[in-house]
Amino acid sequence: MKLLDCPMNGPRNIDEFQSFGPLRQAPDADAAADAEWARHLFRADNRKGVVVEWWRHVPSNFFFLAQRDVVTNEIIRTYAPGSRP
Amino acid sequence: MTRLGTPYGSRLDRTRPVRFTFEGKAYHGFAGDCIASALAASDQWILSRSFKYHRPRGIMTMAGSEANTLVQLPSEPNVPADLTPLQDGMMVTAQNVNGSLENDRDAVIDRFGRFLPVGFYYRTFMGPRQDSWLRFWEPMIRRKAGLGIVDVKAQHLSFDKAHLHCDLLVVGAGPAGLSAAISAAQAGAGVLLCDDNPEIGGSLTYRRCDPGILLSLAAEAAKLPNLRIMTGTVCNGWYEDNWLPLIRGNQLYRTRAREVILATGAIEQPAVFRNNDLPGIMTGGAVQRLIRHYAVQPGRRAVVLAANDDGYDAVLDLVEAGVELAAIVDPRPNASARGGEFRARGIEVLAGARIEEASGTRANKHVARVRAGSRWIDCDLVVASVGSVPAWQLSCHAGAKVGYDEARARMTLGMPEGAAVRLAGVVAGKSPLQSAMADGRRAAREALERLGHGDLPDVPNECKPEPAAWEQPLVGDAKGRDFVDFDEDLQVKDLRNAVKEGYRELELVKRFSTVGMGPSQGRHSALATARIVAEATGRGVGEVGVTTARPPAGPEKLGVLAGHHEPLERRTGLHARHLALGARMKPIGAWWRPYFYGPEDRSDRLVREEIAAVRNGVGMLDVSTLGKLEIRGPDAGSFLDRMYTMAHANQPVGRVRYCLMLNEMGTVIDDGVAYRLADDLFYVTATTGAVARVQADMLFWNAQWRLKVDVLNVTAAFSGINVTGPKAREVLQALDCDIDFSRDAFPYLHGREGMLAGVPVRVMRIGFTGEVSYELHCPSSYALALWDALFKAGKPHGLRPYGLEASRMLRLEKGHILIGQDTDALTTPDELGFGWAVSKRKPFFVGKRSIEMRTRLGETRRLVGLSFEGANNIPGESCLVLRGGNPVGQITSIGFSPTLGHPIALAYVHIDDAAPGSKVTVKCRSGELVQAPVVGHAFFDPQNVRQEM
Repeated sequence: MKLLDCPMNGPRNIDEFQSFGPLRQAPDADAAADAEWARHLFRADNRKGVVVEWWRHVPSNFFFLAQRDVVTNEIIRTYAPGSRP
Repeated sequence: MTRLGTPYGSRLDRTRPVRFTFEGKAYHGFAGDCIASALAASDQWILSRSFKYHRPRGIMTMAGSEANTLVQLPSEPNVPADLTPLQDGMMVTAQNVNGSLENDRDAVIDRFGRFLPVGFYYRTFMGPRQDSWLRFWEPMIRRKAGLGIVDVKAQHLSFDKAHLHCDLLVVGAGPAGLSAAISAAQAGAGVLLCDDNPEIGGSLTYRRCDPGILLSLAAEAAKLPNLRIMTGTVCNGWYEDNWLPLIRGNQLYRTRAREVILATGAIEQPAVFRNNDLPGIMTGGAVQRLIRHYAVQPGRRAVVLAANDDGYDAVLDLVEAGVELAAIVDPRPNASARGGEFRARGIEVLAGARIEEASGTRANKHVARVRAGSRWIDCDLVVASVGSVPAWQLSCHAGAKVGYDEARARMTLGMPEGAAVRLAGVVAGKSPLQSAMADGRRAAREALERLGHGDLPDVPNECKPEPAAWEQPLVGDAKGRDFVDFDEDLQVKDLRNAVKEGYRELELVKRFSTVGMGPSQGRHSALATARIVAEATGRGVGEVGVTTARPPAGPEKLGVLAGHHEPLERRTGLHARHLALGARMKPIGAWWRPYFYGPEDRSDRLVREEIAAVRNGVGMLDVSTLGKLEIRGPDAGSFLDRMYTMAHANQPVGRVRYCLMLNEMGTVIDDGVAYRLADDLFYVTATTGAVARVQADMLFWNAQWRLKVDVLNVTAAFSGINVTGPKAREVLQALDCDIDFSRDAFPYLHGREGMLAGVPVRVMRIGFTGEVSYELHCPSSYALALWDALFKAGKPHGLRPYGLEASRMLRLEKGHILIGQDTDALTTPDELGFGWAVSKRKPFFVGKRSIEMRTRLGETRRLVGLSFEGANNIPGESCLVLRGGNPVGQITSIGFSPTLGHPIALAYVHIDDAAPGSKVTVKCRSGELVQAPVVGHAFFDPQNVRQEM
């Protein structure tokens, strides 16, 4: 089983974590056209390469970010939101 | 047959005889025997019938990885007889037998083999009807070609799981693994060494070698307290970040190792010639195990096919064990230099020859002679030593690639750069013995370096390249029965024909022919298959490769994987009181809740009485299962403004507000109430089943907003009791309390904190039932005291505890929704008629943008009340609402209202029918259509007068 290094709890088995999907910039709700907003809600980029994702450590409910290569599944680094990556 | 004397039989305890039966006949062996060795010692060589042709089969490798030795125990199928320790009273039977093992009626299939070509199933069992496969062919084939029988009434066994951690895990306690483990432990690492055999030593325990080597390694290992050795333990897979399941008996050890060394050794390959599957034909390793581990003389007169030095070692072992040597067949043109030595002993050595055919005794029950060239040689034992392949399974899980060294005719394994796993010894192509041991120490040094050990042992490179192997010809016998895959009864021609059919890729050859799909998983067939396919398609063996190996490496029992039986269940702090009052308890999700109080057979009457008590007197409901959150921090108000649709930042302290939560899509996902306890503290309720998700969602959003607020789930910390009914206030006022419960001092949608009958309480005036309601929350340790005080104070007022059934009807009479029951994945606030609950002034809340957009797109349906007064047919939940014959909605809640005296329902109807007074058509379960008038949201007290009294 894969390990994930939680910035709060240290390395833990990945089955203690829940993925919350890639970090995304929501469009400006007031300026965005309906189509753009719908795209934000329902379409995922699913980009190849290194992505930044939200993860939750389930027992402690701690949310953090992880840089992960989705091709090799290598986790490059993890960090708390607001801290410098 | 008598056993050999000591020192043969290293595993046996000859002072402890063991009795058992095989196919109903009594046998005996010794403690330490496996089933197969005890049978072989009694000259019982046939253990099973083959999968397809029902040919007699017996010991081939003694390594426990083929179908030939699978037998049945009363409550366990597919037991490997060559691994499983014998136990007193064991009742062993053969598998896949029609009639008896000795005279299998289905053996006749063997003679019609030409009517069973490769891919036979796919071609033959197609018709005549579309369902013929399921109805007729599959059951028939399962009967004829089965493995063991599962005893569905077998006793439950106890399985358990544990976790292990180590610096270094070494898999395989043979010469390389032992050397690696000792070397690393001597340097101070915490080492775990596992091996599936009952003792350490691997090939040192049965191959021909200096016994002093194992003795000194074992003595060295015993001195190291930081070296833990687990024998009889199978490492059954490699998973990411060095997570490996170790299985010993019924115990699973989930092991996390910082470093891993795989010293899994090699798998000896069978020779391919006509009738190579007859009992009495086995590998060199098998005879050496029989002799050294079990003191079994494997035959009386042997022919040895020696294509390498191991074969000549086997000859020496056989001679010493008193077996007459009929001939050595050495396929290499010049034989080995060792050939001369054996000729000098008077043993015939046929150089440049090979065994081309064997023939058996009557009905092929045992090998009787073999043919080398034109010579037939009588014998009752054929030993084949034709080379081996690395035991690649675990290595491949960890990313190793299988290759082929054409020059030396050997399968190779390569670990990619930077892999978390090291290979050592024979599995890495390092043999013979001294090379393997040196390679173990080298792997240990690499692991230590990665572990950050400063003081690394000096390891001279003593590994020599392996000699070239003999490439056995795979031409295919004209008459067949030259088996490549013994599990699946596949011959050389079957694989050639699969390629001829157009299946050129190995994975396709496997799927078409089933090669490698049996219990041995290609351990004995992968190399031969790759060579046959390579030759037939004009490619290199390395290019063809082997099929992907994935965990598990070998079979594992479902019990090892299964979780514990105990279901997760939660009880409120008042559970004992409900039971004492005779409540019918039922599980809702994880929680046990009272449905009603009293005997089951009076349920209708009891629920009616409970509802009447709330409407006319006073009732009390355990609401402890409600999700409860504390939202604390200077930004708590503005945080709730963002999470919920109503305004909370401006909510005064001491006030309670309804909360409606949307997701980003604008769908209603939860509701509850928020009671502001202080400027920086809200007490918020959430749906029982959703509170964990609501808390996670809140924290997820705040990980992005980073407001100064914390969200605490206090569901278990607080218990709740709802006291409701026209007389609720009188009950509370009868108790000693510092809260003024009068109508003016404590109005509807207000909250108060205080002490009630000595219990610290948070009280909210809310109205799920539509009556005057006080929802009392207290720390769970006070729940019983609060309940008892209320119960006592309520007695003179006729207070009656009520259950979930009554609660559901009370809320339905008021048209209150239940999230998840009356809402679905698309429900918007508009569809619920909840426009009042959505702030128009707030600049932002989750889902705002989407509901604005959805409002613009236009509403198509709405949740309304339906009355079935006087209807002669009553629909059920989920029954469709039709409009012009087309479904436009469905019933979400329905029940008989005792207060109103007729059935009422909530249902989604077309937006044009949503006005009170419209009539809609509902299709009942019987198919009958029934008309129902639309009623406003609340059926009872639509002006909401009663709850605010």
